[in-house]
Amino acid sequence: MMNTSATPIRTFGEFFPFLIEELKPRGPWLTPFNVISIPVILTGLVILVYRFMHGLGSVTNLSQDTPWGLWMGFDVITGVALAGGAYVITFVVYVMKVEKYHSIVRATVLNGLLAYTFYGGALLIDLGRPWNGPNPYIGNSFGFSSVLFLICWHFLLYMVAEFIEFSPVIAEWLHLEKARKFLKSLTLVTVVLGITLSILHQSGLGALFLMAKPKIHPLWWSPFIPILFFVSSIYAGLAMIIVEGTISHKVFRKLIEPKSHHSFDEMIFGLAKGAAIVMFVYYFFKALLFIHDKQWAMINDGWGYWYLLEVIGFVLIPALMFAFGFKHRSLNIIKIAAVMALLGIVLNRLNVSVISFNWYADVRYFPSWQEIVVTLMVIFAELWVFRWFVTRMPVLTAKH
Amino acid sequence: MDRRSFLKTSLVVGGTALTSNNTQAQEKHDPDEFVGILVDTTRCIGCRACEVACAQVHDLYVADVINDGALAKERKTSETQWTVVNKFETEKGDVFVKRQCMHCYQAACATACPTEAMKQMEGGPVIWRGNKCIGCRFCMVSCPFDMPKFEYNEWNPKLQKCTMCFERLEVGQKPACVEACPTDALMFGSRMKNLEVARHRIYSHPDEYVHHIYGEHEVGGTGYIYLSAVPFEQIGFRTDLGKSPYPEYTKEFLYAVPMILFGVPAFLLGLNTLTGDSKPTTQGEFSSDFEGEDDEY
Repeated sequence: MMNTSATPIRTFGEFFPFLIEELKPRGPWLTPFNVISIPVILTGLVILVYRFMHGLGSVTNLSQDTPWGLWMGFDVITGVALAGGAYVITFVVYVMKVEKYHSIVRATVLNGLLAYTFYGGALLIDLGRPWNGPNPYIGNSFGFSSVLFLICWHFLLYMVAEFIEFSPVIAEWLHLEKARKFLKSLTLVTVVLGITLSILHQSGLGALFLMAKPKIHPLWWSPFIPILFFVSSIYAGLAMIIVEGTISHKVFRKLIEPKSHHSFDEMIFGLAKGAAIVMFVYYFFKALLFIHDKQWAMINDGWGYWYLLEVIGFVLIPALMFAFGFKHRSLNIIKIAAVMALLGIVLNRLNVSVISFNWYADVRYFPSWQEIVVTLMVIFAELWVFRWFVTRMPVLTAKH
Repeated sequence: MDRRSFLKTSLVVGGTALTSNNTQAQEKHDPDEFVGILVDTTRCIGCRACEVACAQVHDLYVADVINDGALAKERKTSETQWTVVNKFETEKGDVFVKRQCMHCYQAACATACPTEAMKQMEGGPVIWRGNKCIGCRFCMVSCPFDMPKFEYNEWNPKLQKCTMCFERLEVGQKPACVEACPTDALMFGSRMKNLEVARHRIYSHPDEYVHHIYGEHEVGGTGYIYLSAVPFEQIGFRTDLGKSPYPEYTKEFLYAVPMILFGVPAFLLGLNTLTGDSKPTTQGEFSSDFEGEDDEY
C-alpha cells in the first residue's frame, strides 16, 4: 500500500530513515513520569525473565486455590473493561453520527488499540505454556464450546478492527493520501464489526465465571454476569474517556488547539450525562438481582459490607455525582465521579475474578510485589507507546 | 422451556459450527457406554495402596505410606499426587475417602478449555494433552471439584490430574488404583453396572449406607461414584454443587453468540442508515480529521 501513493515516502528506502528519525526520543528526559516508569519497566523485565525460567510460582502468589490473580484479574479482565471507550465512542460518532465527539475519536481508538495490545500481551505473560498460544487460532484444536476460545478470537479480531480504524492516522503521518482515503473508507465496516465484537467479549469476560458458580461468593455470581459486565463496560469506557482526556489535555496541552479545550469541556458534560444514565441502569440491574435472589441474609457480614461499598459507594454515588455535575455544570464533580466510577469497575472485576473467588479458602490470595510491578510495567509501557503515537502522529491535533 | 426452544430454533437459523458442536457433544453421552469407578467408602481401610499404585504408574511422587502420617490431616490432590486418601472421624467411626478427578460426564474443564487440551475421551475419561495446552488455567477456574492442578514452579508446566488410567484402559487393563485395592473398595466397570451394584448394596444393607450415591446426579453425573455410611458433607464432599451439568451454565451465552454476531451488525447498519446522511452543522469546528472526506461511506 505504501508504494501505491505518489507522496513524499515512495520507497522502503525512504521509509526506514524516516521511521528511525521518528523513533528517536524527543523532549526532556528527566521528567517525573520517566523517572518513575523507567525503573519499573526495567524491574518488570527482569521479573519476567525470572518467571519464564522458573515458572509462575517463582514470582506470583498464585496457587491451586487461586489460579487467576492480579495479572488475569486486573490486567486482562479489568483492563479490557476500561478500554471500552473505543467501541462506545465509535458507536456514537460513526453509527449515530453525533459529530460533537468526533475530535476525541482518534485518541480513544488509539487507547483501545494499545490497551488490547498490552492486555493481550499481559495474557501471554500469564499463560503457563505461551508457546502453544497460537493453538486456538491455527485450527487443529478449536475448543468451540469454550468461552475463552471465543474471547481469544475476539481479542485478535478486535485488535485488527481497531488497527484499521486507527490506520488513517498512520497514513496521514506518512503523508500517504491515497492510502488514507482507502483506509478511511473501511471505517464504518470496522466500527460495526468492532462494536459487535466488543459486546460479545465484554460480556464474554463475565461469562468466563459462569461455570465457577460454586466458587464465587453468591453476591457476585449471577447467571447475568455477562450482561452486567457488558453494561458496566459502557460507563467504564465513558468514565475512562473523561479521565484520560482530562490528563491528555493537561500533559499534551501544546498539541491541542485552544479552541478544542473549550469543546472538550462541553464533551465532558455529554459524557457525564451518558455515564449517569448507564450507571443508573446498571445499579438497577444490581438491585434487581439482589432482591430477586433474596440475598438480604448475606448482607450483614464482611462480604456484605464489601458488596455494599462497591455497589453503593462506587456505583450509586458516582452515578448521582455525574447527574449532579451535569445539572450544575461542575467539571470537578464530574471528574471525581469518573475516577470513582473507574475504581468501582476495578473493584467489581477484581471481586468477581479474584477476591470473592474461592472466598471460603483458608489462605487468602494477595498479589506479590512482583505481580504488582509487572502490572505497573504493562501500564507504563502502554503509556510510553501512547505518548510516542500522540507526539508523532496527528492524534490530538489537526493536520500537521 | 419456551425460552430454550426459542433459543434452539434460533440456533438452527443462525446455525454455526460453534454451537452445533456443543449440542452434539451433549447428545452422544449415553450412560451405557461410559465407564467409571465405584468407591465404597465403607470398605476402604485407608491403606493408601491406590496412592502408591497411581504414583508408580504415572511416574509421580511415591508417598511413604507407612511412615508419613499423612492421614492426620485432610489433604487435597496436588500436582504431584493425582489421588489422595483422607480420614474423617464420624459417628460411625473413621471413614477413609479416596479423592481424585471425578471424570464428569459433561466436564466443565473440557468445556472451558479453548484448545481441547482437556478432553473427554470416548467412554468417559477426561485427560489432559500437553501439546494442546496453553496453560491458561481456565479449567481450574471452572472445575467444580478443583481437580486440575498446575505446576507453578516449572518453566514448562503441566496440568496434573487423574486420567482414569486412560492409557491402561486402551490396552484392556484396569486403572492402577482399582487393581491395587486389597478390599474391593474400588470397582471399575460401566457406569450403568456400577450404579446397579451401588443400589444393590444400599437395598441389601439399608442400615449401613446413606441412601445417596454421590456422583449419580451431582453436576449431571460423574464417572467416579461414591457410597458412604455417613452423609457426604461429613466426609469432605460438597453437596451444594447442583444437578445441572456445568457446561449448561455457559450454553445459553454461547447460543446467543451467533445471534449477536449477525444481529447486531444488521441493527447497527440499519441505525446508521436511519440517522440519514445529513451533514452535521458543527462540522469543521472540531473535526480536524474530517476535512475533505465528504465522500466517505
